[in-house]
Amino acid sequence: MRRQRIRAVLAVPAVAGFGALLAWGFSGIPPFGRFHGFYGQLLNAVATPQRHTTNVVTAVVFDYRGLDTMGEEFILFAAVVGVVLLLRAERSRSRPVEDDVGSDAVRDFGIVMVGVTVLVGLWLAAFGIVTPGGGFQGGVAVAGGIVLVFLAAGYRSWRRIGRESFLDPFEGVGAGAYVVLGIAALVIQGFFLRNLLGPGRAGTLLSGGSMSLLNWAVAIEVTAANLVLFTEFLESYLRPYLSR
Amino acid sequence: MSVLPFAVAAWVFGVGVYGAIVSRNLIHLAVCLTVTQSSTYILLLAIGYKAHAGAPIFKGVKLGTPAVDPVVQSLTLTDVVVSVTVIALILALALDVHRKSGVVDPDEVATLHG
Repeated sequence: MRRQRIRAVLAVPAVAGFGALLAWGFSGIPPFGRFHGFYGQLLNAVATPQRHTTNVVTAVVFDYRGLDTMGEEFILFAAVVGVVLLLRAERSRSRPVEDDVGSDAVRDFGIVMVGVTVLVGLWLAAFGIVTPGGGFQGGVAVAGGIVLVFLAAGYRSWRRIGRESFLDPFEGVGAGAYVVLGIAALVIQGFFLRNLLGPGRAGTLLSGGSMSLLNWAVAIEVTAANLVLFTEFLESYLRPYLSR
Repeated sequence: MSVLPFAVAAWVFGVGVYGAIVSRNLIHLAVCLTVTQSSTYILLLAIGYKAHAGAPIFKGVKLGTPAVDPVVQSLTLTDVVVSVTVIALILALALDVHRKSGVVDPDEVATLHG
C-alpha cells in the first residue's frame, strides 16, 4: 500500500508536466476538419497519376515511405523473436491434450468461417493497392481466420498449423522478401526499393508495380507473426497440461 | 469548429495513464498502455480529417476530389503495428515474471528481487 502511495505522489509532477505540454500542443493544432497538410494534399494529387495506385495510403506505405515500412516490419519481426526467446522452451509432449470440440454446430460453422475469414483476408491484402486494405490489414485477418481452426476444431487439429517448423520459415521469408526486393531494385536500377515493374493499369490488381510484391511480403510476415505469437502464448498456457 | 475529437483523445490518454499509475497487476498495466496508445490513433486521424472530404482512395472517384490526409493515416497504421508488437513483448515479459516469481503485482516483484 505504501509503495502505491509513493507511486501516486511521484506521478503528480509527471502528469502535471505532460498535461501542460499536451495543452500547449493542442492550442496550436488546426481546427478539426480544416487541416491543410502540404504533403497529404500533394500525395492525394500525384500518387494515382505517378504510381497508378488508387489507394493513396498504400502508395505512401509501400512507395513514398517504403523504407519506413521496412523498419516497421523489422520491429514486428524483432518483437516476435523476443517473444519466442522468452516463451519457447523445450516442450515435452508425452501426452497430447484432449480438448476435442463437443458441439457439432460449433465445429461445422467454425470450419466454414475459417475459409470465409481467410478469403476476406486474402482479398483485403490483394486489393490493398486499389481499395481500402493492404498487407498489414489482410495479414491480421488471415491469421485470425487460421486461429479459428483452434477454436472450431480443437488443439490437435491446430497443432498441424501451429508448429514452429511450419510457421518460422514464413516469418523469415516475409521479412526477408522485403529486403530482397529492395536490394534487387538497388542492383537493377541503382535505387534501394525503387519500383521495379511498370506502373500497370490504375484500379486493377496489376497496378502499382513492385508495390504489390512488397504488399504480399508484408502480408506473409504479418500472418506468420500473428500465428507465431498465438502459438507461443497458447503453448506457454498449455505447458502444465502437456507435461503432466 | 469542434474540439470534441481532441477532447476524446486527451480523455482516453488520461484514462490510460491513470490506470497505469494505480495498476496492481502487470497484465492490467499492459492493457492500460494499449488504451493510452489508442489515444494517439484518435489524435492522428482527427488531425488529418477534412470536412466534407472522402477517403484518400480514388477508385471510382474523380482525381482531385477532396480527400482526408493520407500521411496521418499511414502513420496510424504504423502506430497500430508498433502497439501490437509492444503489447506482445510486454505480455511475454509478464508471463516470464509470473513464472519466475509467482506474482503479477509490480510492487511485489520489486520487493522480491530488489
